[in-house]
Amino acid sequence: MPTLSINGISVEVAPGTSIIQACEQLGIEVPRFCYHERLSVPANCRMCLVEQKGAPKPVASCAMPCADKMEIFTDSELVHKARKGVMEFLLINHPLDCPICDQGGECDLQDQALGYGFDRGRYIENKRAVSEKYLGPLIKTFMTRCIQCTRCVRFADEIAGAPEIGLLGRNEMVEIGTYVESAITSELSGNLVDVCPVGALTSKPYAFAARPWELKKTDSIDVFDAVGCNIRIDARGSEVMRVLPRTNEDVNEEWIADKSRHAIDGLLRQRLDQPYVRKDGKLVPASWPEALAAIAAKLKGLDGSKIAAIAGDLADAEALIALKDLMTALGSTNLECRQDGGKFDPHARAGYLFNSTIAGIDQADAFLIVGSNPRWEAPIINARIRKRFLTLRENFQAAVIGANLDLTYPYEYLGAGPETLTKLASGRHAFAKVLQNAKAPMLILGSGAVARPDGLAIQALVAKLAAKVGLVRDGWNGFNFLHRAAGRVGALELGFVPGEGGRDLDAILDGAGKGEIEAVYLLGADEIDMSKLGKAFVIYQGHHGDRGAHRADVILPGAAYTEKNATYVNTEGRAQMARLASFPPGEAREDWKILRALAEALGKILPYDTLSQVRRRLAEAASVFRNIDSVTAAEPGPFAAASTGTVDNAPFAMPIENYYMTDPISRTSPTMAKCTEDFGIVEPRTGTHG
Amino acid sequence: MAFLDSAARSMFLSEIVKGMALTFKYMFKPRMTINYPFEKGPLSPRFRGEHALRRYPNGEERCIACKLCEAVCPALAITIEAEPREDGSRRTTRYDIDMTKCIYCGLCQEACPVDAIVEGPNFEFATETREELYYNKEKLLANGDRWEAALAANLAADAPYR
Repeated sequence: MPTLSINGISVEVAPGTSIIQACEQLGIEVPRFCYHERLSVPANCRMCLVEQKGAPKPVASCAMPCADKMEIFTDSELVHKARKGVMEFLLINHPLDCPICDQGGECDLQDQALGYGFDRGRYIENKRAVSEKYLGPLIKTFMTRCIQCTRCVRFADEIAGAPEIGLLGRNEMVEIGTYVESAITSELSGNLVDVCPVGALTSKPYAFAARPWELKKTDSIDVFDAVGCNIRIDARGSEVMRVLPRTNEDVNEEWIADKSRHAIDGLLRQRLDQPYVRKDGKLVPASWPEALAAIAAKLKGLDGSKIAAIAGDLADAEALIALKDLMTALGSTNLECRQDGGKFDPHARAGYLFNSTIAGIDQADAFLIVGSNPRWEAPIINARIRKRFLTLRENFQAAVIGANLDLTYPYEYLGAGPETLTKLASGRHAFAKVLQNAKAPMLILGSGAVARPDGLAIQALVAKLAAKVGLVRDGWNGFNFLHRAAGRVGALELGFVPGEGGRDLDAILDGAGKGEIEAVYLLGADEIDMSKLGKAFVIYQGHHGDRGAHRADVILPGAAYTEKNATYVNTEGRAQMARLASFPPGEAREDWKILRALAEALGKILPYDTLSQVRRRLAEAASVFRNIDSVTAAEPGPFAAASTGTVDNAPFAMPIENYYMTDPISRTSPTMAKCTEDFGIVEPRTGTHG
Repeated sequence: MAFLDSAARSMFLSEIVKGMALTFKYMFKPRMTINYPFEKGPLSPRFRGEHALRRYPNGEERCIACKLCEAVCPALAITIEAEPREDGSRRTTRYDIDMTKCIYCGLCQEACPVDAIVEGPNFEFATETREELYYNKEKLLANGDRWEAALAANLAADAPYR
């Protein structure tokens, strides 16, 4: 452990720590542009120069490892002179266009120029100009502003695994570019904007929209996948302007996926802002009392077995518990939260959680991905696996059963369907040995793999494989279920699944078609086949006029995730709180309040009036809600139901056809529509479309 | 003695005579007042009157929606919204000044990097309703067009001192 002194303060650091990291440990700020703690160190901006006693020149603190008895000065005359010189060189070719630059107000160069910049330019020659590059529908470029720190190149290369950008040319001709014009094909491309220390890469949808100082910042949770990324919502007035990642080492480090970042413009479109009631086949606007009375008229006196509730992907735990309590009071056990038709044991927690945890990926050394495309279902988890690949390199072992896709890391493709899984489970496949011999093997079972009629049998097969190769060991649980929906795990924890004698999704739809189910409550459920609902009376509670609302007989306008204080449980079993950043539009209300009011209209008063009372009820209902922000681990144990049926050998289908449009918010987002078109995921619409 | 003194002064009306003498003296001096609506006093080039948004000589509006004036305004009288114009340049879609809030401090024109928002020499913009004092971009640009000669002259006159 080298011990060195920085500005006269002695500090002991781990071997291999760079001087800049040692300074950070002491809380001493060292200016930097190219250095980023999650990227490799090129040491090319020279802004972090510090003085080392005995060294002939100032040293770049990001690239210089600490050594014993070093004496470092970060605030000396020499250091200031060196940094001022570096800053003057950086500003030679940097345009003075801060007033029109979107980075203005949150720009590293702007801030540091205040400290180290000269108050006038001595450079009288022509500044260089660089042509703009096309980097896709999400990133706007102003390449003249680039200071060649290469953070974007390193991010794309290392984290995103999309090595399309590079540094071209030499000397004054040096440019960041894609060489062949192409959009960045990565689900993490939005993070390029965050890593860029200047305004060279800015967000295209957010272009010129707002200044950082006029935004109200709210810490919240992302709901576009089940990872539960920590985000910061920046709102101006009632409008959510942008979403930025918030650092959480255990979940998303400091990245978020493009959908989380850019789908928010969908929050302004096709919103349900008042209740509707269907009269003579047409939805007409109604007041809250009218809408609640219309529901009460239908539900009162109806037998509980004829009522069903389906929860959607974005449902928050508060609304789910209120709906469950209401359905219980009405005598119905027909509850279902797996609207994708997922069939797995919903009672054993070990069977539906990402047990190794996301941070656990950093310990794993063998991966088996079954029926999942983590790149689309959970880009952050995929990036974490890639990070593991970068650490292990040739020792990294991964295999995939399902679709053969580019996951940004090498893997062995084992097969498309369950027959390969059967082979593995019986130990006849070579990769079973790999899992067995690994120190920390991980199996990731996609939610799409069990969203088929033989889902239970697939889960049982995976359980058999887990037992065979010993996925669960001392202090390690290598079985991981990867969910896609932010609301799913919360619903499972609350037991929002068919109760005793209750119907599951297929049975509900079947019953509705046959007239056995007379009323269906859709809590933001849009992904089910609405045509199967038959003549049932459909109540839709949600925030977007999507499929569910079109079919509904009564629409109750709810709040989107940015408009309510809500709890979501991520795929690991980590309960986290989303917070209100702006108020719901018009007559829309927070979801649990709607259910509370409806229960009263039905004469079944729910025992809570305030958010804290609902949260107390949540804490009673499931232990995860007593443990906010940390993982409530599952006890390893058996998780497949006893009678499972036979496995169908049809290949695993990937559940997401289009990453950019998976839920009501992203389907209405113009930015996501643009991405869908530009990345060629669907055929561009022509005049002959509908 | 003081009693005698004041008695003599009131007897001979000396204060009145003094006052009348002063009045008489001013009858032969030039007038200080002006016949306001028809005559106007001189204004400094730095006079801070009604706001205007200026244009470049080619007709392009100067304002680039940097929002510094909005940020600096101590009365929160300025509201700006911006988006990329069709040609991709940064322009305002809305530029409102609530003249009833404005305290005419001139910080907006100090903050403006392109001399777009200025306070001109016009101080005669009283209106009959408050609503007319909520200026929008159109009104401000029209002000700019109307006063451009005076605004440019004022800026030029003040330039050596900046």
